[in-house]
Amino acid sequence: MCLAIPGKIISIKSGDDEFLKSGKVSFSGIAQEVGLMMVPEAKVNDYVLVHVGVAISVVDEAEALKTLRYLEEIGELDELHKDQ
Amino acid sequence: MKYLEEYRDRALVEKYLDKIHHTVTKPWNIMEICGGQTHSLVKNGIVEMLPHKVKMIHGPGCPVCVTPVHLIDHAIALSHEDQVILCSFGDMLRVPGSSGSLLEAKAQGADVRIMYSPLDALQLARKHPEKEVVFFAVGFETTAPAIALSVIRAAHAHIENYSLLTSHVLVPPAVKAILEEDDHVINALLAAGHVCTIMGLEEYYPLSGTYQIPIVATGFEPVDLVQGILMAVVQLEKGIAQVENQYARMVQREGNRIAQDVINSVFQVTDQHWRGIGKIPSSGLMLRDTFAQHDAQRKFALQSHPPLKDTGDCIAGLVLKGVKKPMDCPMFGHTCTPENPLGAPMVSSEGACAAYYHFSGFSESLAE
Ligand code: SF4
Repeated sequence: MCLAIPGKIISIKSGDDEFLKSGKVSFSGIAQEVGLMMVPEAKVNDYVLVHVGVAISVVDEAEALKTLRYLEEIGELDELHKDQ
Repeated sequence: MKYLEEYRDRALVEKYLDKIHHTVTKPWNIMEICGGQTHSLVKNGIVEMLPHKVKMIHGPGCPVCVTPVHLIDHAIALSHEDQVILCSFGDMLRVPGSSGSLLEAKAQGADVRIMYSPLDALQLARKHPEKEVVFFAVGFETTAPAIALSVIRAAHAHIENYSLLTSHVLVPPAVKAILEEDDHVINALLAAGHVCTIMGLEEYYPLSGTYQIPIVATGFEPVDLVQGILMAVVQLEKGIAQVENQYARMVQREGNRIAQDVINSVFQVTDQHWRGIGKIPSSGLMLRDTFAQHDAQRKFALQSHPPLKDTGDCIAGLVLKGVKKPMDCPMFGHTCTPENPLGAPMVSSEGACAAYYHFSGFSESLAE
C-alpha cells in the first residue's frame, strides 16, 4: 500500500497553477506522468520517490551511499576503539 | 534500477546478518510497523536468517487490512448505484465485507475499477460528467497527500462529480495504542519509511521517550531492513532508546512540509475504527467541511451505523497487534487462503497472513 519507487525526472511541465505541476519520470526506461507539486526543488535528472502518481521526496544521493557503506564505517570505528 | 537494485544485494545483506549475529547477546522482539516491510522480510527470507534471539513481530501497518467492514459494505452498496463508478486500489477489491467483496459486486455488473492513482480517478470524473466517480480512499500518511491533492484539484476545476469514501489511518496513534497494552512484548520498533518521508520523525521522539524503546525509521529493501534491525539491536544491547533514521536517503527529520500542508488543508483528524483492533482515538482522517461536496459519506447520505463485528473466528486483530502469528490461526492455509480469504490480512499482499502463505512454505521454524 505504501509502495513507492524511485525514478528519474526526464522533463518538467510547469503550469500557472502550482497544484498542477507535473513531469515525466522514467522507471527503468518506462516514462510516466507524475505530480511534482510536493517536490518544488526537484530538477530534471534528479531521482524522486513516487507513490500513487505523486513524487513525495527527492533522493539524497550522499545519504543513499552511506547506507551501502555503513558497515565499513562502523567497522572502522570498532577498529579505532580497539587501537585506543 | 538505480536506488533499488543496490539495496537488494545478497552479499551485503549477509554481511549485515553476520553483524547482527555478532552483536546480539539477549533475546529481543522488534516490531516492523508497515505491511510492506512484513512482505519484504518474509519474501526475502530475512525472518528465517535472523538469529533466534531476534524475533520480528509484524505490526498493524496494512491499511487494506484495517479498513472497517461497514465501509466496505458502503462501497459495495454505492457501486450498485446506476450512476456510480466506484474506484479503488487493487487490493481493496477482494477484501470481504459482511457479505461479498467489491470484486463480487463487479462480477454482478457494478462499475468497479482499479486505479493506480486518485489523480486517474479524477480524470475519469472529468471525462464522465454524467457519472458520479467515487474513490474508495484507503491508506496511511504516505497516501493521504495524493488523495488530498485530487480533492484540491477537483475543487479548483469544479469537478463536482468526484468524491471520496475515506478510510485514512494514522500510524503513531496505533503504535501508541499497542505500546499502552500491558501485555505487549515489543522491545524496539522499525518505523515505516514512507510514512516518515511525509511526516518526518518528530512524532516518534515522545513515543521513544515515554515507552523507552528504540525507534528506527527504516526502508523496504532487504539491505534497508537488515540495517534497521542492526541499528535497533545495537541500541537494545547498549541499553539506550533513541530515534534513528536508517532511511535518510528518503526521510528528512521534518518530513515533507508541503505534503503535510496539503493533508491539513483537506483533512482533519478524527477517531477511527481499525478492523480487528477497534476504535483508536485520533487515528484517522476525515474531509473538512469545506470539501463536504467531495465527501461520499455526506453526498450519498450514508448511514454511519456502528461498526459491525468482525466476522467469525478470524484472529486478524491479534495478528495485527503482533500478539499471534498467522500460523497460530486454526484457519490459516486450510479454510483461509488467498483464493478464499476469511480475513483481510489474507487478502492484501502486505497482510501478514498472505505474506506467510506465499513465501514461508509453512516453515516449522517460523511456527514457534
Ligand atoms: S489466517 Fe485468515 S482467518 Fe486466520 S487470522 Fe489470517 S486472515 Fe484471519
